[in-house]
Amino acid sequence: MHSWLIHLIKLLFPPQVLLPDIIGIDIGLTLSALAIVVYLTKTHRWGWLWKEWLTTVDHKRIGIMYIIAALIMLFRGGVDALMLRSQLIVPNAHFMGAQQYDEVFTTHGTVMIFFMAMPFFFGLFNVAVPLMIGARDVAFPRLNAISFWLFAFGAALFNISFSIGGSPSAGWFSYPPYSELQFNPGVGENYYLLALQVSGIGSIATGINFLVTILKLRAPGMTLMKMPLFVWSALVTSTLILFAFPPLTVALGLTMLDRLFGASFFTLGREGMPMMYANLFWIFGHPEVYILIMPAFGIFSEVVPTFSRKPLFGYEAMVISLLAITFLSYGVWVHHFFEMGAGPGVNVFFGLSTMLIAIPTGVKMFNWIFTMWGGRIRLTVPMLWQLGFIPTFVVGGASGVMLAAVAADYQYHNSYFVIAHFHNVIVGGTVFGLLSGLYYWWPKMFGWKLNERQGRWAFAFFFTGFWLTFMPQYFLGFEGMTRRMASYPAGLGWGGLNAMSTIGAFIMGIGFVILVYNIAWSRLHPEWDTTGDPWDGRTLEWSLPSPAPAYNFARIPEVHERDAWWSLKQAGKTDAVKLSPDQVEPIHIPKNTPMPILLAASFFVGSLGMVFSWHWMAILGGLGVVASLAWGSIQDDTDRELDPASVLNTEKRLGRVHP
Amino acid sequence: MNNPIGALPAEFENTHEGVKILGFWVFLATDVMLFASLFAVYVVYRSRVALGPTPAQIFRLGPVLAETLILLTSSFTVSLSLYAARTSHLKAAIAWLVVTLVLGATFVSLEIHEFVTDVLAGHTWHQSAFLSSFFTLVGTHGSHVTFGIGWAILLTLELAFRGLTVANRRKLFSFALYWHFLDIVWIFLFSVVYLAGVMT
Amino acid sequence: MLPRHLRRWWPLVFSPLVLSGCGSEYVVFHPAGPVAATELHLIELSAAIMAGIILLVWALLAYILVRFRDTPNNPAPYLPNWRGTLWLEAIVFGVPVLVLLVMAIPTIKKTYALDHIPSTHPLIIDVTSLDYKWLFEYPRQHIATVNYFYMPTGKPVLFQLTAHSPFGAFWIPNLGGMEYTMPNRVLPLWLEASRPGVYMGRNANYSGVDFWRMTFYAHAVRPAAFQAWVQQVKKSKPPMTEREYRTLATHFDLVGQQSYSAYPSDTFPERFREFTIEGLHYVPTRHP
Repeated sequence: MHSWLIHLIKLLFPPQVLLPDIIGIDIGLTLSALAIVVYLTKTHRWGWLWKEWLTTVDHKRIGIMYIIAALIMLFRGGVDALMLRSQLIVPNAHFMGAQQYDEVFTTHGTVMIFFMAMPFFFGLFNVAVPLMIGARDVAFPRLNAISFWLFAFGAALFNISFSIGGSPSAGWFSYPPYSELQFNPGVGENYYLLALQVSGIGSIATGINFLVTILKLRAPGMTLMKMPLFVWSALVTSTLILFAFPPLTVALGLTMLDRLFGASFFTLGREGMPMMYANLFWIFGHPEVYILIMPAFGIFSEVVPTFSRKPLFGYEAMVISLLAITFLSYGVWVHHFFEMGAGPGVNVFFGLSTMLIAIPTGVKMFNWIFTMWGGRIRLTVPMLWQLGFIPTFVVGGASGVMLAAVAADYQYHNSYFVIAHFHNVIVGGTVFGLLSGLYYWWPKMFGWKLNERQGRWAFAFFFTGFWLTFMPQYFLGFEGMTRRMASYPAGLGWGGLNAMSTIGAFIMGIGFVILVYNIAWSRLHPEWDTTGDPWDGRTLEWSLPSPAPAYNFARIPEVHERDAWWSLKQAGKTDAVKLSPDQVEPIHIPKNTPMPILLAASFFVGSLGMVFSWHWMAILGGLGVVASLAWGSIQDDTDRELDPASVLNTEKRLGRVHP
Repeated sequence: MNNPIGALPAEFENTHEGVKILGFWVFLATDVMLFASLFAVYVVYRSRVALGPTPAQIFRLGPVLAETLILLTSSFTVSLSLYAARTSHLKAAIAWLVVTLVLGATFVSLEIHEFVTDVLAGHTWHQSAFLSSFFTLVGTHGSHVTFGIGWAILLTLELAFRGLTVANRRKLFSFALYWHFLDIVWIFLFSVVYLAGVMT
Repeated sequence: MLPRHLRRWWPLVFSPLVLSGCGSEYVVFHPAGPVAATELHLIELSAAIMAGIILLVWALLAYILVRFRDTPNNPAPYLPNWRGTLWLEAIVFGVPVLVLLVMAIPTIKKTYALDHIPSTHPLIIDVTSLDYKWLFEYPRQHIATVNYFYMPTGKPVLFQLTAHSPFGAFWIPNLGGMEYTMPNRVLPLWLEASRPGVYMGRNANYSGVDFWRMTFYAHAVRPAAFQAWVQQVKKSKPPMTEREYRTLATHFDLVGQQSYSAYPSDTFPERFREFTIEGLHYVPTRHP
């Protein structure tokens, strides 16, 4: 055999990817991929897949693809979590080696934050925001598809690392110098750096897109203060993304230059400064936490009024709180490293700024509760997630304030107390919010509802499992257990709480399985939503049929009140959304284009080349990127016109035309 | 301009194109953050020279002044191109755009020459944290300019083949924004990196 | 702050935590020195206040849920157009503000207090985290140990922390909170043991595959016993050679506890950058 072939095989399949479980997963994945290929070929679906989905620029379909991808990533990150918890169920357990454990907690954190939570709410933004503001699409539909495919290929790049070349293992924030070549040889860390940069470009593009969409494409009459709060949350999240992601890109980019091209930004020698990375990362990292939670705040601000049959309490205060959190979130990053010697003045400043964030958050909490006051609370599944969120999130928020008390943080830092805190807010806040939104907007996405009874079971398991998993972890922190320990000896008294936590994690896992079953079952036994308004909703998306036609609104609605659709219903004027035949105009909608997927695929090829330092492949990918961009730039027929007759036909079929 | 008073330039008349211009402004805002982060890194790293040269030892103001003048001039010529487009003089618009991209290319080649000189003298970025951040900050600006040149070439072809369509006017306007933005970044680079470097 | 006579009742206010914290495995709840005690005090105070908030929210939510459920004939008022009243919004805003004021003041006081080492002549221990072991050097006593150290009770100890490895974090929960160890930097941390005992410490920051095995033991003994231990190490243990130091620094495999009667002086960085702790006339005395 040629020596270069041996070298290649060693590079692609180092010992850490030749573990029996990984080989098992590889075989499973290959078989499922084959099964999908065979299915698509047999049913002649390749053309359908390409035309209807892979090249689509329709925000509703992009939203659905985001959500499907996010659920798959939730599964992957969840399996990682169960592996971690299994290792810790008893002292001195070694199901995995420490190296593999490190890889698994790194991928768990990275996948959950960047490839599960963010795409999940990008999906919900896509599904709901244009419909809520009365728009026909987002401002830049093609850019929207580019964002999605960059995310998808970034996620793919990150995920192949466990079977080719080795996974990153420096933790989700990858502090140098540990993430530098000196301590972390191999290609694993390169995957982390490149995958996050590729998907990060997509996130920035999404931020630009939704900011402009919300500022420019609102229906006439919908002033900023008449926007639904979910739209507000999308607006502030986009703003946060725009200013938070560039520092991350810089932090990752500089580490990459260190690792791949011998620069000395964060190295130990040549006066590199690892501390700089910590600052850059957390200037991104703390706003990122609010990027994750704000959409959930927005979802709850829609769900609570709908299922209490009452307008939101203190709308203005809610908006001001969102803006205050956005602003404050840039001034708290040092609280991630009070123990790095900044001195009491700096520490106290950042401790107090962190506490300040609790004020707008507290205001929001009480406002949701008072929204229910004087209402009629319906315990549907989206509302259950909301009702689970309030008591859970308040604990997470309270422990956050405790962490902000600087001197106390010296004892909490890097302990399981911190783990419990951020899972308390990210799972109890973000994930509960996303699942609430999933159940809430599902009928709008697909035209059928998810079964309520199974949904309640999924919630019950997930909620119970959550409390059982994370409450003991606060106390593990007080017992002196630190995060990322691959195992722990007996005799420290940590066994009982860890066992509880692991059992809780598996109960959450059952909750996820029920959720998937719920989706599959409801697909096979659909409960069709024929009205378009299954929840007796308040905002404009419920004035449309489910699912909405490609052009969304045949006629752009006019908005006079805050809960536009609710006020029409109250006034008995729901017919106002119907058309007269003479009102139909030609509608421009964007044309499908393969440019986004080709661009993202080029990024993927180029990044893979960078990961392995195969320069020819990196250049090839770079040329692909340039070519795709140039091709995209000269495309001038990006729209197609729907003629009035076909619009009228569609609307007639949907029963939305005045006789 | 020969537009009647109060009327918008063509690239803003069409709401669709106006939205794209707002989008481009927002993109520039994120790019400001990118450069701000790199500037912050540079300012902290400026004194971390390890065994390598200090800023004063390697910066030569002569070529840098030439680069500055060239880039400032190109900012003027791109405005002339935009002006020509607004007064619907297609050929003048193309001509000034070509002048702009030639100036841009001259700028980039001078910068590459400067980098190559440093590297040949043994001052690679491997040497110190200062050199790493210097090459990265200046190089990021340089690669932005290079990207702009590619964009200008494409735009020239589009103008030549398709004329002053609304979309092309909007693209030219966005390009001019981008080019002015790079100019402003360069002013900061010139003062924060080169002037401050030579003074110390 | 509360009047002094009320302060000692704080633990009772938060009795669930105290009850569950009975076992000695709750190291943070068993302070063995003033630093840990101060930190515990702040933990208890904030936990008590936060528990109040949590209970308030839970109670309010439960009440509203029961009262305003969507059941036929629910007698509770239905206010379909109620968007809020100013006084209620003022309360909603005021409650968090008040709570944070109560929290902020002790946070500021205690954070500054902990930055102040209450002694002009503390015992100094230079700590270096290595892959995967801890090196302790006594610059005034000229001795060194690995993975354990002795300290006298009743006397503040100034730990000067650095790393010859990726970031670590030096944490002895019984004695007080942690501080990072970072290469090319020296960070200060002072701790004090009020009573004799052996306290476990560990590396609290992920610095590599075996970081979680990086435990060490702090032996707090009476001052006389400390002096005796120093003498005993000086007499009976071999000195650390340059070569042994290099082996310690570069070999990843773990070692047990070691003691050395002397050590090479250039094993700890000279440069004091961003050294922030405040002390009375404290001038760091360097190597032997």
